Parts: sequence; structure tokens; C-alpha cells
Amino acid sequence: MKRALTIAASLVALASTAPAMAQDVAITNATVATGDGSEPIEGATVIVRGGKVVAAGAGVAVPAGVQVMDGSGAWVTPGLFATVTSLGLWDVGAVSESNDTRAGDSPFSAALDVAPIVNPSSQHILVHRSAGITRAATVTLPSGSIFGGQGAMIDLGADPDAVNRPRAFQIVALGEYGGRLAGGSRAATHALLRNALREAGSYGEDARIPGRSTRGDIRTGDDMPIDPRMTGRDTDRADDVLLTRFDAAALVPVVRGEQPLYVYVERASDIRSTLALTREFPKLDLVLVGASEGWLVASEIAAAGVPVIADGLDDLPQNFEELGSTQSNIGRMVKAGVRVAINAAAMENPRNLNQYAGNLVALTRIPGADGLSWGQAFAAISSVPAAISGMGGKAGVLAPGAMGDLVIWDGDPLEVGSVPVKVFIDGVEQPLDSHQSRLRERYRDLDLSDLPKAYDW
Amino acid sequence: MKTHALFACAAAIALAGCSTTGSGGKTASASSADWTAPVGEDGNAPFPSTYKPYPGRPTALVGATVYDGRGGRIDNGTVLFRDGKVAAIGDAPLSTEGYDIIDGSGKFVTPGVIDIHSHLGDYPTPSVEAHSDGNEATSPMTPEVWAEHSVWPQDPGFTRALANGGVTSLQILPGSANLTGGRSVTLKNVASRTVQGMKFPGAPYGMKMACGENPKRVYGGKGRMPSTRMGNFAVNRQMWLDAQAYDGKKRDLGKETLKGVLDGEILVHNHCYRADEMALVMDMAKEMGYKVTAFHHAVEAYKIGDLLRENDVCSAIWADWYGFKMEAYDGILENAAFLQREGACVVIHSDDANGIQRLNQEAAKAQAAGHRVGIDIPDAEVVGWFTYNAAKAMGIGDMTGSLEPGKMADVVLWNGDPLSVYSRPEKVWVDGALMFDAMDRKRRPVSDFELGQPGEGDVK
Repeated sequence: MKRALTIAASLVALASTAPAMAQDVAITNATVATGDGSEPIEGATVIVRGGKVVAAGAGVAVPAGVQVMDGSGAWVTPGLFATVTSLGLWDVGAVSESNDTRAGDSPFSAALDVAPIVNPSSQHILVHRSAGITRAATVTLPSGSIFGGQGAMIDLGADPDAVNRPRAFQIVALGEYGGRLAGGSRAATHALLRNALREAGSYGEDARIPGRSTRGDIRTGDDMPIDPRMTGRDTDRADDVLLTRFDAAALVPVVRGEQPLYVYVERASDIRSTLALTREFPKLDLVLVGASEGWLVASEIAAAGVPVIADGLDDLPQNFEELGSTQSNIGRMVKAGVRVAINAAAMENPRNLNQYAGNLVALTRIPGADGLSWGQAFAAISSVPAAISGMGGKAGVLAPGAMGDLVIWDGDPLEVGSVPVKVFIDGVEQPLDSHQSRLRERYRDLDLSDLPKAYDW
Repeated sequence: MKTHALFACAAAIALAGCSTTGSGGKTASASSADWTAPVGEDGNAPFPSTYKPYPGRPTALVGATVYDGRGGRIDNGTVLFRDGKVAAIGDAPLSTEGYDIIDGSGKFVTPGVIDIHSHLGDYPTPSVEAHSDGNEATSPMTPEVWAEHSVWPQDPGFTRALANGGVTSLQILPGSANLTGGRSVTLKNVASRTVQGMKFPGAPYGMKMACGENPKRVYGGKGRMPSTRMGNFAVNRQMWLDAQAYDGKKRDLGKETLKGVLDGEILVHNHCYRADEMALVMDMAKEMGYKVTAFHHAVEAYKIGDLLRENDVCSAIWADWYGFKMEAYDGILENAAFLQREGACVVIHSDDANGIQRLNQEAAKAQAAGHRVGIDIPDAEVVGWFTYNAAKAMGIGDMTGSLEPGKMADVVLWNGDPLSVYSRPEKVWVDGALMFDAMDRKRRPVSDFELGQPGEGDVK
């Protein structure tokens, strides 16, 4: 065993002998989509220096000393931003011991924190990196309680530091699914949610647990520190509580509006009830997830200024809370002024984000349907999800000062079949290989004349 | 991994008012006589199809790019159909006299899309427990059940498959909990009050089988055989031995189905992911004297394209599903292209009420993956993956699946290249009757379930 560990350690050392460095690079003559909702620009240039975007657009001069790549025939975009996902939390969906997306048997719920468990070597991170997704929100799913836990913002880079922002948001399920988790009724979700938020709101005072939020001291916008009360030892709390001390502490930043609350909700009336929560808890920073009937209440969502991570192509009455679902949902919400990202969880794999965005463009040609322009559709998988994730202007856009996340595509990135030929994260060119690419190479032919396939690697 | 399930118009066919069947009423039952289904004691096949094509106009689609479904492509082509049948297909000079002319400039024409693997109707939406009718998961062998007895014709999924996917025919299969799941049914995607009203006239029955994880998990979990892959095979082989001994003297629903398979009248559709397991199944079929028509899901088919070609077995596959279960771990985008390289039969399937709306896009993804590894498959052949190849593997390839004179006029007019994400069905005909028209908001089906609900008749 010891020997095996030594070998493993030397392999790690071997793998890291070529340290990944941010490159200064310019791509010229490419079709460039900046991700900000504008239409693609032909014959444009993108420059990345020191891991950041310096310039993107037409008529940009390349500074001396920057390596130039000819992008003729290629498209250049910011890396795609996938929200909401479970990337890095599982290996095989149905192999439960490899799957950390649910903790239904845990006594904890809101306190669950994915930051320590994200696996940057997960095949799904590798596969999705090679599909042009450079950053993602990842989180456990509500399963033992309506609270799913605290999600993290991650990058998909080939390095050990996947987590960019731990505890970036809390997630809660309302509607049908939340109702089942809460005890069998939507009424139970609302009672549980209100009780939890009130407990969190008075946490510390009533329970006389020392400590206070450090958010007043550290407001970089880049970090979500652990509330110090989660490290306290005093467990003496009032009797009438339903949350563990950890769970209540985890909800403190939610009730204070310091940590966004992602709410899974589909039905129009449930969306209204969710928006109404801010009357009781005015600081809540809400994000709707799912929202299949959002188009029916689009003006109210817009007026509330609440962004939506919406299921992109749902058009079936999957259950009674999605009777009004339509592929035009996103188009109609955007038309009403809602900020909408395409939900990466509402598809077979997040790598279908660009296909889903392309489908929304197709809708613009169907009478009676509402779709998105190409620029809007691309923004719904880049700058908009990045902004919802607290990384507005930094991720999902090619703008001066933004992270150097670049994808060079072999064609229109919203077209089925287009794939990245190069991916950069923070200016570092990324490997695009994975278990899948290795299988592809092995089975390029079925020639067994010399040796079994097992020797072909 | 899709987590979505957790959280995740118009009048019923304007044609319903037309009582006359008209000249378009000729059914496609001619070839039904070619096939003898196991019959009831009265000598008749039970639950016979009552499907009749709706009236259609003699129609000429002119100026479009036409893919015939069998690898043929005609630029600036003309497709003529009347009386429910394709009359002619050719280039521009074809005479269109007597036909309503539809300008197809800039548009594309394909045969109706066919999904070989659907659970619409037997796992309908809303997907509530009361609707969960796809797996008779009480015994690992249920050849006696027939999927048609679970199909709810009001499943709104049929309407989406038609309007957004251009799907004109589909095979509804039992689920994969059982080693032998029962008979499938092939339907015309035309709304009806009854499943008999949707049954594809003359289509052979299929029988669903499943290998691998699902049966052993479902029954092992109940403390029953099979709980292992070797158990799967043992149970299956004994079933075939028992079926071979069936003398037909006393009616036995399960044995009648199995006998139909052994006689080559019922086609085996076998859910199977792993290459090694597919190879074992093909040998079991040889041992027991039946044929596997298609392996469904087949994510590892690319590892044995040669074997599949030699055994003449189709692979019905997704473009990019992988990783959701252990036996799907080795899924790769190049699966279809590597099969094509070996000359094996490729069918793109959905197994999904959403995916069935985009089979054309899935095929395009698989095509592009092939192109990147130097396997260039012409668009016209790729269209065959979701039209003719599916029809052939369902035993209806002589009736539909391609645009050839005399075949059913199951036709899609796309508003652009069907292998592009930006294209949608503009018009869909089934047996020459216009069943969907994106340009006419009333020419779309709305199921009973959706009447009076939010979004009734919406574009969806």
C-alpha cells in the first residue's frame, strides 16, 4: 500500500512538471462573440495578457510581443458559464457511492457545503471543459430537506483549485418537489422556510451564541466566509427550533441578503409566492430556478428585479406545476425585461447548453413563438449566468479586465456539432482530453491483428 | 446528469369536422397481409388497427432540397404526393399539374421522422404515479404484456413530437426493468381517441428485451433471480427453451409472443449498453434460434461494429448520453460514426419525451463527431439514421421511412437544413394529410388533457 502511494505521488509530481502558465495571446481574423448580448463580429481580434482579456473587437491592434494565432474560419467566445450543475460532485449517476449530489440521510441541509468535495479531476469536468464550459455553479440537491445546501462557483481548469467562490449561494426547493420534502404539502414548505429564515434572523441573539457575521468587515464580493457562529461551541439554543445549529448559521447570510437564495419553483402561483417573500424578508436576494411558467408572470418577475435560471426547452406538462410550459418561456421573459440564464440542470448534460441556446434562436422563425436573437441566446449561457453568479463583467464576457476564459470553436458555437478546438481559462490553455477522447483514439479502428486493444494506449 | 425531473391552440385536428374519408382514405394495409401476427381464437389479430389516413390534397413540394431517407439527395427537387402516397420524386422539371404547389425554396424535405424507441403514452406526461404504465416490474419475464394496453393516446408528448420533431411514426416499447418486457406497438403519430386508432396498419410487433444493470437491480433488489448478469442469461435461456417446447394447444399469451419471435414474425428490440454483453446476446440468439433486430441504447456499439455488421443487427443510440449509469460510462460522441465506418446499421433514437423533438439535431451532433475524426458521412445518409433505418428496423421500411413512389406520404417540410439547430418542421404530413402547419395556428393537435389549461394551443 505504501508503495502504491509513493507511485501515486510520483505520478502527481510528473503531471505537474509542466506548470500551466497564463499565456499572452492574440487571436485575429476570427468571428468574435463577446457574450454581452451583442451579435458576433466578423474579422475581429481578441487579446489576452496576464490571464485577463485586454481587448476584443474589430480594429484592435495587437501589441508587440504577443503571440498571434490566425482565427480565420474560427469563432472566439468567452467560456460558457453553466448554472446550475452538479459538476465535480459525481462520477457515475447511478453508482451511489460515487455520487455526492444528495445527502438525504444527513441531519444537515442548509449547512451542506460543496466547497471541500468538488473533484477537479472528475471526468465530467474534463468532458465539459472540452465542450467549452469554463465556469459553473455546482451544488447538492435538496433531498433530506427543502434546503439543498451551499453551492460553489467553480472553474473547470486542469488544476487543483476548482473552487472560485465557496458558499456562493443557498438553494431551496418549493413547489411540488419541495412540498414532498417538507412533509407533503406546499404549505409545509412555506412554514418550514419562514421558520428557518426567522430562526436564522434571530440567530445569535435568542440563542445567545456569541459571534457575529464578518460580512461587514470583508466585502470583497469575491468571497463568502464561513459565519463565525458556525465555529462556535455553544449549542444552548431555544427549544422551539427545527434547524440544527449549523443549518441555522448557514442561513444567516441568506436572511441578511448576503448570500443569494436560489429557489426551485415552476408554477406561476408559486413564483408569485416566492416573490412575495421579500415583503417579510426584505433583504432576500432571490434567484428563480426552473420557472417553467415564468412567462405567465413575466412582468411581475421583471418588476421584482429577480433573475431566472430557466429550463430552456421544457414544453411538456411534466407535472401539474408545469402545465403552461413552452419553449417560448425564456423568449417571453426576456421580452418582458427579465434577466434569464438557461438552466444547465434541465438537459441531459450541461454540455448541451449551446444546443439549447441555438434552439431558442430557431424559435424566432416560428409564428407565435418567442425566441432570442443569437446574441441574446449566447448571453444566456455566458454573461447572464455569470452575472447571476456574482461574476458580472468578469466571466462570460470578452471585455477588458475580464478573466481570460476563451474558447476557440470550429464553427458557430450555437450550431449542433460545433466544438472547441482550444480552451483557455485565466489565460491558461487547457488540455481537452478525457476518458472519452482516449476511447475515441483507441477505437479509431477495430484492428486486432497484432495485439488486443488493451495495448493500444 | 439530468436533475431536471426533480425540480425541476388549436382545436383537436381541424379535420375532425370532415366526415368523409375522401379519396385520401385509402389505407396502407396492403402489406398487412404479408405478415401474420399471432391471432386470437377467432383467427383474427386482437386489438386491430382502426387507423385511417385523414383526407389530404394532392401536393407538390417544389424547389426544396430533398433527402429521400435512403441516401439520395436532390437539390431544387420536387416531391409529389396524392391519395396518401408518394407519387413521384425528382428534379424541377417534374410536372406538377393537378397538384397544390408549395414553394420549398430555401427549405428542405425529408421523410417523416421515426423514433424507434419511445415511451410516449406508456410513460406519459404529466408523469405522475397514476400514469406510470411502462414497466410490469413484477416478474423478470413478461412477454405476455403488450405496450399498447398502457398507451394513453392523450399524452401531450405525441403532439410535441409531431410539431417540434416532425415525428410521424414511433415504436412504443415497454420499459427495461424486465429481461423480457413484452410487446411493443408501432404507432402513426396521429391523434386518436383510442390506441387502435393510432396503430400503424401492418406493422409487425416488436418484443422488448433488456440486459445488464436494470433487470438484475430490479429483481436482485427484491431478493429474486436474476441478481447478476449470469442470472440474467440463465433466466432468459430457460425462457427460450420453454418457449421452444410450446405446442400452441392451449393459449398462453407469453408463449404466443415468444413463438412469434422464434418464427421471425416479432422483432426483438434489446436494450443493451455494453459491447461484451451484446456479443453474448447475439450468441444466445443463435443458440435459441431467434434474431435480435436492434440493440437499443448500445453506447458501446462502437467497440464491436464489425460483429454487429456481421450479425446484421442495428444499433439504436443517442448522440451523446453517457455516464448516468455504470454501463453507460464508455459512451462517446463517435459511436454512430464508428458504426457507420464498419458498415453497421445506425438508428438515432430518443427514449425521451424531450429528445424525440430533436432527433435531427442528435443525428447532426453524431455526424459532426465523425467528421472530426475523418469519417465524413453525407447529410443524406445521416437523415436516414432517423428515417429509413428506423423504419427498416421496425419492419415498416417497405411502407414508410423514405420518399419513394407508392410509399406512405409521411413527409416533413423543414424551414431550413434539418441538420441545423436553427431549423424546425414547418409542415408535417402523415399519409398525405397535413397534420401540422407552423404557419397555421389551428393546424396543431391539442390533447384532451390540455384543454382549458394554461397555454392551451400555445406553440409549445
